Amino acid sequence: MTSYVSPATGQKQLGLVIDLDTCVGCHACAVNCKEWNTGGHSAPLPDYAPYAADASGVWFNRIHSFEAGEGDDSRTVHFPKSCLHCAEPACVEVCPTGASYKREEDGIVLVNADTCIGCKLCSWACPYGAREFDEDAGVMKKCTLCIDRIYNDNLDEVDRVPACVSTCPASARHFGDLGDPNSTVSRLVAERGGFDLMPELGYKPINKYLPARAARKTAGCTGAPAALEPAGVDGAKGLLRWLDRALSR
Amino acid sequence: MDGSPAAGKSVRKRTLTERLFGGQEQVDTSPKVADEVKYTTCYMCACRCGIKVHLLDGRIRYIEGNRNHPINRGVLCAKGSAGIMQQYSPAKLTKPLRRVGERGAGEFKEIEWDEALGLASEWLGRIRASDPRKLAFFTGRDQSQSLTGWWAAQFGTPNFAAHGGFCSVNMAAAGLYTVGGSFWEFGEPDWERSEYFLMFGVAEDHDSNPIKLGISRLKARGAKFVSVNPVKTGYSAVADEWIGIRPGTDGLFVFALIHELLRADRIDLDFLARYTNAPWLVIRNPGQGDDGLFTRDAEGNPLAWDAKKQAAVNALGVDVSPAIAGEVTLPDGRKAVPVFQLLAERYLDPSYAPDEVAKRCGVPADTIRRIAAELAHAAFAKQIVLDQPWTDWAGRRHDKMIGRPVAMHAMRGISAHSNGFHTCRAIHVLQMLLGAVDTPGSWRYKAPFPRSCPPPGKPGGKTVAANTPLGGMPLGFPLGPEDLLVEADGTPQRIDKAYSWEAPVAAHGLMHMVITNAWKGDPYPIDTLFMYMSNMSWNSAMNTAGTIGMLTDKDPATGEYKIPRIIYSDAYFSEMVAYADLLLPDTTYLERWDCISLLDRPIGSAEGPADSIRQPVIKPDRDVRPFQEVLIDLGARLKLPGLTNPDGTAKYPGGYPDYIANHESKPGIGPLAGWRGEDGESHGTGPANPRQLDKYIEHQCFWHYELPADQLYYKHANRNYLETAKRLGFIDKAEQIVLQLYSEPLQKFRLAARGFGPVQPPDRERARIEANFDPLPIWHMPFEEAAVDNDTFPLHAITQRPMPMYHSWGSQNAWLRQIMSHNRLYMNRRTAASLGIADDDWVWVTSHHNRVKAQVRLMEGVNPNTVWTWNAIGKRAGAWNLAHNAPEAVRAFLLNHVISELLPERNGYRYSNSDPVTGQAAWYDLRVRVEKADAVEAGETAPSFPPLKTPPGLASPPSILRYGADFKSRDAAEEGGK
Repeated sequence: MTSYVSPATGQKQLGLVIDLDTCVGCHACAVNCKEWNTGGHSAPLPDYAPYAADASGVWFNRIHSFEAGEGDDSRTVHFPKSCLHCAEPACVEVCPTGASYKREEDGIVLVNADTCIGCKLCSWACPYGAREFDEDAGVMKKCTLCIDRIYNDNLDEVDRVPACVSTCPASARHFGDLGDPNSTVSRLVAERGGFDLMPELGYKPINKYLPARAARKTAGCTGAPAALEPAGVDGAKGLLRWLDRALSR
Repeated sequence: MDGSPAAGKSVRKRTLTERLFGGQEQVDTSPKVADEVKYTTCYMCACRCGIKVHLLDGRIRYIEGNRNHPINRGVLCAKGSAGIMQQYSPAKLTKPLRRVGERGAGEFKEIEWDEALGLASEWLGRIRASDPRKLAFFTGRDQSQSLTGWWAAQFGTPNFAAHGGFCSVNMAAAGLYTVGGSFWEFGEPDWERSEYFLMFGVAEDHDSNPIKLGISRLKARGAKFVSVNPVKTGYSAVADEWIGIRPGTDGLFVFALIHELLRADRIDLDFLARYTNAPWLVIRNPGQGDDGLFTRDAEGNPLAWDAKKQAAVNALGVDVSPAIAGEVTLPDGRKAVPVFQLLAERYLDPSYAPDEVAKRCGVPADTIRRIAAELAHAAFAKQIVLDQPWTDWAGRRHDKMIGRPVAMHAMRGISAHSNGFHTCRAIHVLQMLLGAVDTPGSWRYKAPFPRSCPPPGKPGGKTVAANTPLGGMPLGFPLGPEDLLVEADGTPQRIDKAYSWEAPVAAHGLMHMVITNAWKGDPYPIDTLFMYMSNMSWNSAMNTAGTIGMLTDKDPATGEYKIPRIIYSDAYFSEMVAYADLLLPDTTYLERWDCISLLDRPIGSAEGPADSIRQPVIKPDRDVRPFQEVLIDLGARLKLPGLTNPDGTAKYPGGYPDYIANHESKPGIGPLAGWRGEDGESHGTGPANPRQLDKYIEHQCFWHYELPADQLYYKHANRNYLETAKRLGFIDKAEQIVLQLYSEPLQKFRLAARGFGPVQPPDRERARIEANFDPLPIWHMPFEEAAVDNDTFPLHAITQRPMPMYHSWGSQNAWLRQIMSHNRLYMNRRTAASLGIADDDWVWVTSHHNRVKAQVRLMEGVNPNTVWTWNAIGKRAGAWNLAHNAPEAVRAFLLNHVISELLPERNGYRYSNSDPVTGQAAWYDLRVRVEKADAVEAGETAPSFPPLKTPPGLASPPSILRYGADFKSRDAAEEGGK
């Protein structure tokens, strides 16, 4: 097994902040990820039986939609999930060949396809189910945080973000250094009460989720009264109030 | 066949030594992304987003949103991001086909284009020389209706429309007749300033990127977002409040809001007096031919009662102090009342009180009262004041712009009901009462709108003659009975009965009735049905099985098909292909020229008008041609006047791009507004510019004119804006566009129903017209609900749009179909329990027309009286080159099977299942019962149809895709070469 040293506080930890308040479950991030990455660092992301009964494929980012709660209080949740680039990644610890590794310079967890033997120990170890096995090539693949975009000199600087962040129409995905408490993403997490996915497991995921804002459906939630006061008598006589209204065009 | 372009090369397995001792990974963080980046416009749905296509080694490496584009500002949805798989779809047609077996059997032979076009021109030429009406030319979701409509007019047939009749004509017509704009295409919420956003039933694949961008912006600012929709998915899932309304009752809900606002006098009277017809005087003369019309002066101007002068004056004048209530006696002795009084009398009626409508709507009365209070609070207590001077229509300067920050949006859930036209008008009335039309924070017009209510142009086709163009465009806006397309006895003149007494304001036609009517020969038989990009034998049809039968039915006397000839153009092997006699294969959106024109369905925004083009970014690898190119070629072969020079040669020898740059609909106005004139310096209007397309390509394939700050609001009454609009060719006169609370054209139809005027409806239609042409919005129970026994059919059934799919297109896409390949029937958990239905059960869904079998998924977030499913996921076995046992064919289903295109028989007649004003297909009116299927019936959906045979020229789909592997091995090769 690979020995692994936890990153020091303040060390660069690139990751994603995903806003569950505005994610509408449109799958834009998942598909844009697929199209970038199938020709990128981990190319290809194969699709099996793509036009047949049991189509499946390698996706680095998947959206799970479900309901939580009952009746009027139920919520429809759209939950995008990809590798969380844990500070203490189980997948790296269990890798027998050192193919799974966490980069010191930015915290991105990668798999070296040349040394991966396809034993799948990492996918068993990952509590988030974020690893994707390429059966065709016999290697494990996963979200690279678009390592071939974020430093790519061939792209305009504004485009050097993961494909999922660049394409998200709901502005629900943010990218940055979560190791720096003053970064835009860290401040966003602080302001919005961002949380770790399954923190009790202790893998210290870098990616954070922002919770849905509280529903606003009670009287006074916008400052308005519970109902409007009638302006006068009801019925046909109610029209009298407009008879002498001085108006101009 | 794994050697197809999409399949990619197999990756060589590495040896064990390589695997274990491969050494430290060298990550190439700056790989080359593209040899070339080309800009164009997406067509994975109707949004028309700007895209950048990255090409590497002549293939598509990556498609992303264009950051500079006004529609999507850099983002791209799931559909747009899956463009690569659409381009390499194995369902692409490859060559013109001619039917050789029975229609529907899928027996075709490949033919050359010369033969195909020769055959088409022979068939069409014969029709044109005898009776041009015998060509019914209907296009689907295409974005070139200004060309296709004009082509039909040149041919001389009135029988043209696109898919709007089953999509959104209720929204379009109600908006255009009421406010001179409409939701979605001609208007948008002020996302940056709105405090309160009320959204009604939206198809989530329409305008999807702008709405998603907008909602996230609203939420970031803390504005409240209320979604009125029977189903809590998509946008409703992120709303601050979800109103799970009962389908078809939105009109009552809106009336109750109006009732509350009127009762509390929390309305914007200044706005109403200045910008709407609230003060216009309506004649009260029951039983006479002028009852309910506006009083007018000798010049035809409407009159208002001037409270200071105590006289009826020109309501359009400047110095008027209009009364909005009180009956007056006109000098000629007739009585008249202002529109506002009629409106207030109507909606103050106790029958519209929240307590009265709550039960029917399924929305608690307290909630309705609270929403009304919140609307008023947002509009008035949170009034926006911008320090932005502007000049009104009368030339008066105002120092500030006052905003009512309440925005609204509505789409399919309002549109696809038989009461949709009036419900949509009701929403516009609510907006006007709040003063929330084109003000800061409210709903705003997208330029080139507003236009007059309704816009100019009446439907053409009153007279049709051999070898003669139509006297106008086929589609337009009638102002009264005299504009209908009917014979003297009231018989419809169009095959779809648009602009007849059955659908007088059918501004988009009734595509859903064409096949039924043509099959019946009602009002007359046709010769050729010519369709483009519309899956009318499947997910675009109501009564799918019946439609298939009509397409293949023969006259027993002659042995001829009842619809003698069908020409169809599509890029893909859709379910409709099997029913073509002649198939003209189209290109993909990445292989073609197109223009997204201001004359058609513009992409402008509230900030200014815009249009755009598509340019070919890759060459077709098949023998296919863009449909628009084919249409122009056919037009020249048929010698259509607009497509032929006087010497008989083709007017646009350069095909579609030649037409885009050089065609003028009137002098100075062409398909594209940007870079006109010899020098390319004119915008809006100007002589044709032969280099116009180059200019578009230089500018990332779009043109956007940014309005100055003083023209951004009050466009209907903003002098500088109106003058800009006139200069750019959008409107003829820079006059105020007065918003129409009360719709006089509707009253004109009603007066005809009462026996007044020269154009009279058949007696059968009188009561129907009287009831449905109320000049103020009404609500009636959806027709199907009113016609069937509601104990037998106790539930509403509707569809929702999956965001990653666009109609039937997504299922051929290897990536999108992995997201959704089958659909369940979604039911409220408690409703299901009361019926003894558990999660995962198989059920029969039965309507008055037919039944489907489906598997149930229970949920919380759905109105208890409603079941629903995802739209257009079900596919016919074999179609789209999918395996016959694909989930789309065996575990997915269409609600279309149980929707009838006709209402149940009443008094010996079956009306079309449509809105009685516009003819909009009322497919959300569906009523069903749900019953548990027998255990032996579980496992597959029904009905199931015989598999379609794959047309010639289509390769077997690959069993594995390794798209992108070539780009990787290319990198490796370059690395090795260094």
